[in-house]
Amino acid sequence: MATTESGMIDKETMIINLGPQHPSTHGVLRVRLELDGERVVNAEPVIGYLHTGFEKTAESLTYQQCNTITDRLDYLAPMTNNLAYVLAVEKLMNLEVPKRAQYIRVLFSELTRVASHLVWLGTHVMDLGAMSLFFYTMREREVILDLIEAAAGVRMNPSYFRVGGLAYDIPDGFHEKVHAFVKDFPRWMQSYRNLFEGNPLINERLQGISYVTQEQCLGLSVTGPNLRATGLALDLRKVEPYSAYEEFAFDVPLRTEGDAYARFWVRVDEIYESMKIIEQALDKITPHGAYTTSDRKVALPPREEIYGNMEALIHQFKLVTAGFPVPQGEVYQAVEGPRGEMGFYLVSDGGPKPYRWRARTPSFYNLQTLPIMSRDGLVADVITAIGSIDIMLGDVDK
Amino acid sequence: MIGNVLLVVKILVLIAILMTGFAYTMLVERRFLGFFQLRLGPNRVGPGGLLQPLADGLKMALKEDLMPNGADPMVYRIAPVLSLFAALSVDAVIPFGAPIHLFGQTINLDIANPSIGLLIAFAFSSLGIYGLVLGGWASQNKYSLLGGIRASAQMISYELAMGLSVLGVLMMAGTANLEHIVYAQQARGWFIIPQVIPFVIYFITAIAETNRTPFDLPEAESELVAGYHTEYSGIRFAMYIIAEYINMLTVSGLAVTLFLGGWLGPSFLPPILWFVIKVALLVFVFIWIRATYPRFRYDKLMSFGWKVLLPISFLYFLGTAAFVSGLL
Repeated sequence: MATTESGMIDKETMIINLGPQHPSTHGVLRVRLELDGERVVNAEPVIGYLHTGFEKTAESLTYQQCNTITDRLDYLAPMTNNLAYVLAVEKLMNLEVPKRAQYIRVLFSELTRVASHLVWLGTHVMDLGAMSLFFYTMREREVILDLIEAAAGVRMNPSYFRVGGLAYDIPDGFHEKVHAFVKDFPRWMQSYRNLFEGNPLINERLQGISYVTQEQCLGLSVTGPNLRATGLALDLRKVEPYSAYEEFAFDVPLRTEGDAYARFWVRVDEIYESMKIIEQALDKITPHGAYTTSDRKVALPPREEIYGNMEALIHQFKLVTAGFPVPQGEVYQAVEGPRGEMGFYLVSDGGPKPYRWRARTPSFYNLQTLPIMSRDGLVADVITAIGSIDIMLGDVDK
Repeated sequence: MIGNVLLVVKILVLIAILMTGFAYTMLVERRFLGFFQLRLGPNRVGPGGLLQPLADGLKMALKEDLMPNGADPMVYRIAPVLSLFAALSVDAVIPFGAPIHLFGQTINLDIANPSIGLLIAFAFSSLGIYGLVLGGWASQNKYSLLGGIRASAQMISYELAMGLSVLGVLMMAGTANLEHIVYAQQARGWFIIPQVIPFVIYFITAIAETNRTPFDLPEAESELVAGYHTEYSGIRFAMYIIAEYINMLTVSGLAVTLFLGGWLGPSFLPPILWFVIKVALLVFVFIWIRATYPRFRYDKLMSFGWKVLLPISFLYFLGTAAFVSGLL
């Protein structure tokens, strides 16, 4: 019961803190719920429990070092964060990236999108109470993490995309591994669908629940699948193609209902579209070739060159100790991450470190729809809403 | 005198069986859930994890029994006992097998054999919900309170349908004595054949009665943390868990007695084994459902109980009544 200072009960509502330690808040989100029985009068997300000061930290790091921070924003989709950041720096430097590197970037962006959506699918359905699916989707995500590990050497925070191209070339036999994944995936996906597709309990928990209109979404700068579930086909891969996305054929899944059910199916359909892009990218990527820019002022020279070439040694030394300077100016570059528009706004004063490093993280904006979605629902619907917004607290709090 | 000694022995044996039964139901559930979910489940303690229940029991007994400040001490302490008491009492009237003859005595394999056995079973099993409601209310925790409210909301939505679903059996057997109901099935075939829809309704409401997925609303760990037993620890927490699992065995036992012919079966296995096998099959269905289905929303459960289950079981009850009385 809400009580006044004198201890008197002043209204018939109950304040309950959902989180920051709660099984279904996907991290350390705290939602201040005002309840009338089980009916939600007001839901107010309280954020900041995972505040890490990334933006300020980045100002004291060189442009190459900042890359590692981007991994940790939305740690379920590190590759798209990397991509947004390196594209922003490259735009500022007017840097040309080899086509092959661009295709590999597309491949990995889509792989992380699939991985991120798989985690969402598992956790969202688990929030609804069905616990088995989580283990199945995690198994498939593991395969994707293995692929990322094969290329980048790291599973969770790869920092694989670097300014100018990639950190390393893809390893031998990589194509076969991805082909095997692409071949197996539809079978696995079908087995998941058997669990949730047409399941009356799932439909009942999602249809008409946590409804939000397109105007409300636009007013709150909501992007990604949450916006596309309200009927607006805003996908940066189509609207402002980057990294050679214009060369790929894929559809943008669209729904008009604006409820949790629509968001659910937009994401499930997106997994299939991503698989299409992965297949096309595989065909375009040659097993060997340039993986980073030949500009030695930006990308590290190959190891063997350093031992025999004086200039290469100097480049290596300068890049590792001081980093590369970036021309004065400011830039905004966004990509379509799994959760929406992942953008970076960079201001350079001409030095090797950013003057201002600002991340436009999609979850922060998407989370603002939670009060609208939860109002007049039940406690169970708040959980549905949190799951269907697909928040990532590393992305919200930065 | 000998009758009283026998009764005490039977009670002790039944409690021992139920406690082991609960422990191994839990182990089997965890192992099966493991297999459903690409995990191994507990397999470290003893051969194949067979001693895991012992380790769990020991751990629960040794844990500190905490009580939150501001909790109602009396109610807080009594609530789990109430749940366990209700769960254990129901089994007193369930006949586990055909009467056996030992040392010139005929021993009924149940503790009591009242003529209103079915009513007693239902009365005690409804009592268990008080443990949840009171525990949730006495904990002085908002999640617990919501869990308790949900428990009572759940109860009023399934109990009627549950009661109506077994009335058909009652009328067909012409008695509420559980042993006689089994004998009636010996004469006329298992009641599941004429009463398949009531059986399904009974099973659905039985899941609700035992608070298991998809009706695990009072504890709903992804919504209410742990619901009514959020604040409980140690042996009192264990009592709730024991009550939940024994309830599962009990409602399965009742379903077997009422619809699946009780201990009846081909004679190559002893009757008591047939009873155990049938209960085990139903328990497996419980586990299977838990691994597969998401949770109901509690208002949806209420409308499901009142608008779907209740009318269907009522219509079937009227139909059975007409049939039994010779109107049809």
